[in-house]
Amino acid sequence: MSRPLGESHKRFLQTMMVNGIIDGAKARALHRHCCETHGAHYAHDKLDEFIEVINAQLQPMFMQIRKGMSEEDGLQYHALVNMAETDVTRMSTDYADNELELFRKTMDLIVDSDNGTASSTDILNCADSLQTKKLKKRETEHVLNRLVQDKWLNEKNGDYSLSTRCIMEMEQYIRMLYQDQVKVCHICHNVALQCQMCENPTCGIKIHTPCVARYFKGRTDPRCPWYHDNVYRPPSSQSETQSAAKENTAPTPRSTAQTRRTRRS
Amino acid sequence: MSQRKRASNTQSSQNKGSQRWEAVLGDDEDDPSFTQPSTSQVQKGLDRLTPAQVDLKTAEVVQFIFVKDQKKFPIRRADIVKHVVKEYRNIYPEIIKRVGCVFETVFGLKLVEIDSKNHVYILINKLEQGVTASLVFPSNPKTGLLFVILSIVFMKGGVVKESMVWNTLKKLRVDQGERHEIFGDVKKVVTDEFVRQRYLEYVRIPHTEPLEFEFRWGQRADMEVSKVKLLEFIGQVRHCRLPG
Repeated sequence: MSRPLGESHKRFLQTMMVNGIIDGAKARALHRHCCETHGAHYAHDKLDEFIEVINAQLQPMFMQIRKGMSEEDGLQYHALVNMAETDVTRMSTDYADNELELFRKTMDLIVDSDNGTASSTDILNCADSLQTKKLKKRETEHVLNRLVQDKWLNEKNGDYSLSTRCIMEMEQYIRMLYQDQVKVCHICHNVALQCQMCENPTCGIKIHTPCVARYFKGRTDPRCPWYHDNVYRPPSSQSETQSAAKENTAPTPRSTAQTRRTRRS
Repeated sequence: MSQRKRASNTQSSQNKGSQRWEAVLGDDEDDPSFTQPSTSQVQKGLDRLTPAQVDLKTAEVVQFIFVKDQKKFPIRRADIVKHVVKEYRNIYPEIIKRVGCVFETVFGLKLVEIDSKNHVYILINKLEQGVTASLVFPSNPKTGLLFVILSIVFMKGGVVKESMVWNTLKKLRVDQGERHEIFGDVKKVVTDEFVRQRYLEYVRIPHTEPLEFEFRWGQRADMEVSKVKLLEFIGQVRHCRLPG
């Protein structure tokens, strides 16, 4: 549907442009605020349609407002993503060549890791061997801070992971660049960096922790969907399970060639 | 910023996935002279292209302007032509017309040529910038600082000596002589950044010794800030007790 946009849509879009990514609760509040400000008809359950109207107009500009799930808290987020530049050059307006190289190396470390994080120590080591131009320790810390501020990376206790916005924006690029190296969640079929893995070596399927919570909701004995003898760790805190289960955050599963593979080789 | 060369011209028109902006962000030394094509030239140019090609070029210009607009500094037509439009320059008027249309109908923004001699644009917000709204979904703390200054100028009839602005800000614990926790170098933000963004004008008062300056509203403020909303803002601020 290619409806012309009302002021309420434009205001929503402008706010998305400023913030880049917002969580579900803020999106609903923003939807209400925009409709009320401009006297547009407001229905609390029509956020998706509201966004679809905007997306129809954004498509010729290679932009979209997409829904995604955070690997950490399982909450739904909305992000304005750029479809035209799906690789790292998207960030090149704000970062120098060697800073981008550092980011790429950080991404390599994260994709390669078991837990979807890269330690600051490992990143500092990379900084020392950049091909473009080396970065000193303080410069590296400064770049990492900016990457966190610009919402490309998350930082926790000195470990860095890809932010929800980063994954949403660069999912296509990540799959293309890393191919089979990158883990995919067995439940939602999106890229899985921070996730749990079935310990059975012949199985080894990965599931996001929030996806585990949702899939095993109400069951006391979570077993691997593929290899039933293996048990999954339930999420560490009760509140994590509850918040993930409450939110209707099932991301649209991707239908790709990978879903047709029965076992991960 | 890097100086890496861009992908070749033909590639970037056809390959939407490989725009490289690093090389284009610095302002260029060369200013290629660009003469506005005539209507018939534009029509001829359009006839030779597919609608998809024109749409793609329009999208690229929109993206380019958003990138350049991040700092809110004016955008030169020369840069748009040199870095994005390129071989499509013969249909430039049509492209820029469509770009303007996209900004208005999709984003609620307006592309305004503020200097018709040097061909420089700014992107202004057509949606009313309610001050309280920007507190609910805050974007930039500098907006508050700017609004205070705009209010001072407004209340003084449109022009005010800089000393009055600094004195008022000092009462709000924003001192141009000290580094501010949020704004940093306040004097630079107010007299350089806000001026380059066209929110304020910072003009020398002639025949003053020592040199004195005065502030006026800039073109962007004139177009973006509703005086009615500003009066509301002033009314709200007056209800709060100002320190000192």
